[in-house]
Amino acid sequence: MSTAIPDPIQAGLAAGWQVIDGAALQADRTIEADVVIVGSGAGGGVTAEILALAGLKIVIVEEGALKSSKDFKMREAEAYPSLYQESAARATKDKAITILQGRTVGGSTTVNWTSSFRTPNGTLDYWQRHFGLEDYSAEALAPWFLMMEQRLNVGVWLTPPNENNDLLKRGAARLGIPAAAIMRNVKGCWNLGYCGMGCPTNAKQSMLVTTIPAALNHGATLVTRARAQRLVFKGDAVDHLLCSALDAGGFAPNGHTLTLRARHFVVAGGAINSPALLLRSNAPNPHGLLGTRTFLHPGLASLAFFAQRVDGYAGAPQSIYSDHFLDAQPIDGPIGYKLEAPPLHPLILSSALTGFGQAHAGMMKEFPHMHGVIALLRDGFHPDSRGGSVALQADGAPLLDYPMTEVLWDGARRALLSMAEIQFAAGASSVQPLHEMAGRYTSWAAAKAGIGQLPFKSRLVKVLSAHVMGGCTMSDDERLGVVGADGRYHGVRNLSVHDGSLFPTSIGANPQLSIYGIGARLASTLAQALTGKPAPRVSA
Amino acid sequence: MQVGALAALALAAGGGIYRATHGAAPARRFVLDGDAKAVLDAIVPAMLDGALPPDPAARGAAIAAAAERTHLAILSLPLATQKEIADLFGLLALGPARRWLAGVPDAWTSAGVEQVGAFLQGWRTSRFATLQTAYRALHDLIIGPWYADPSTWDAIGYPGPIKELGA
Repeated sequence: MSTAIPDPIQAGLAAGWQVIDGAALQADRTIEADVVIVGSGAGGGVTAEILALAGLKIVIVEEGALKSSKDFKMREAEAYPSLYQESAARATKDKAITILQGRTVGGSTTVNWTSSFRTPNGTLDYWQRHFGLEDYSAEALAPWFLMMEQRLNVGVWLTPPNENNDLLKRGAARLGIPAAAIMRNVKGCWNLGYCGMGCPTNAKQSMLVTTIPAALNHGATLVTRARAQRLVFKGDAVDHLLCSALDAGGFAPNGHTLTLRARHFVVAGGAINSPALLLRSNAPNPHGLLGTRTFLHPGLASLAFFAQRVDGYAGAPQSIYSDHFLDAQPIDGPIGYKLEAPPLHPLILSSALTGFGQAHAGMMKEFPHMHGVIALLRDGFHPDSRGGSVALQADGAPLLDYPMTEVLWDGARRALLSMAEIQFAAGASSVQPLHEMAGRYTSWAAAKAGIGQLPFKSRLVKVLSAHVMGGCTMSDDERLGVVGADGRYHGVRNLSVHDGSLFPTSIGANPQLSIYGIGARLASTLAQALTGKPAPRVSA
Repeated sequence: MQVGALAALALAAGGGIYRATHGAAPARRFVLDGDAKAVLDAIVPAMLDGALPPDPAARGAAIAAAAERTHLAILSLPLATQKEIADLFGLLALGPARRWLAGVPDAWTSAGVEQVGAFLQGWRTSRFATLQTAYRALHDLIIGPWYADPSTWDAIGYPGPIKELGA
């Protein structure tokens, strides 16, 4: 490597961080702490920093491995198996929706595309009205969002958008559709475009390079390659957490068990995995809500071909968005969708691209001229969009059953239409919606007619999700949620949930900043309760 | 190609049938044995038709490389998923399944790109979930790893990641 990038992880390890690699364990171990945190992603990372700064002894347990910039080589074939749940091939029960979730220190924040939005006001209003979350107003949360924005350097991205994003902006503008710039959590970003494979320059202010190092600098212990199997209850409290250490491959247990004892336990494994851990643990579930109302922002995609090079792999992904189709109707009306322009890299693009053989190869030969737009459906508000349910497979692994209901398919059809219209308005020579029966349309009129005729059914339409939310719904009313507005699990004295699984609906925007801000408030309340002192404020 | 409901049901139960005739096995690493290899070697040229080099020698080497990349991709999946894929290949390797489910009359070793392409197209838009799912698995496991490999990037005009940091 000719360019030296300072590596904060290697430096921290050299300075004596307490990191235990489960794959290297030679015997069972027991560790005691004040607080055990399951998961090192957005919720776990923020919680770990605040609790460690408050002087509490923390143990963080992470299923994935500790990687750093020296490992991030921008190669999909290496990145997906090592950094994502199920090698980026996690899917819903009917295999109709592919789910991208991180599985590494930093969780999904290590591999996300840096898009930073505060929780939309409409979403918070809905939570207040339907889930009794009175404290969740935009005003009450604003200081917490501000604190985390400053902590993670969330700001306006001043570099011009790459062509892939600029085409979304130009196409929308020609149709009179408002679009705007996305705030990003980066510092000294090189504008490379490989955020999804781990930031090779440590510019992305993920949990991997911010809160987790801060917690470790304050004496926290990080356990990696260990799967949280079961919380063991004693009366109305969690007594300890049993973890299976994993082998070097990261999937199979290596036979050693870690027993983590603490005064308090915070579950932050992310939606799907957090409810699954609680289900495996037989946590109180009097109303059968645990794992239900899991949301995905089901994502549709449309590819277009332009005469000029687009080079969708280069430059910051997702720097432009449009909420026009979210704002066009009531939040609980026909399904709205957010438009963004994702990065295009060969493995994930060629897999998502429909068809095979000559037709597929022909499109791939035009790879540098391809433009991509995605539409994220805002699920969880319409009465017929109640999300999916997490259940356990025979081996204890979670499986999400997420039915695509008619209201979602209606949104999917409108989304494919909107994206094609914008792409033609931007000058596309042809548009290929990601649907197995769609043609490669050469005019907006043809696309409009063609998409209008397509059947919308599972597996015919490509649906992807990178935003998993819900499953541990938050509400002080035990008939509506399993966790209180303060993040405390109902019916258990010393158990909290601090991650995206708390959300009673989808967010309607990329969720990382929602988890940071809400997580920071929950962690601060918890720190004060455990120490009897005001919680520390975090800063960069 | 028409795939009847009975055939789809057979595939749905296929894993079970395959396990019943070949002995139950716990979830374990996928093995690309001779039969599975023959299936994969027949499907790769159809899935990647147009992407493989035309020169016969280069083509043979590319098919072998593609199959190996697929093999490695399968090995990076959770063991339970590897087992599902092993069941799919195990089933396709059985003559009656090849003939009646996939509609491929010739043995995999002599099945041509057109025959195999017709089978893939049939499963792609089948009204039976299990066949669609199997098609999608084959699609993603063959095509994705093919284009992930730097040797294929020139052909699609992808320069690859910045050299200074990607080494």
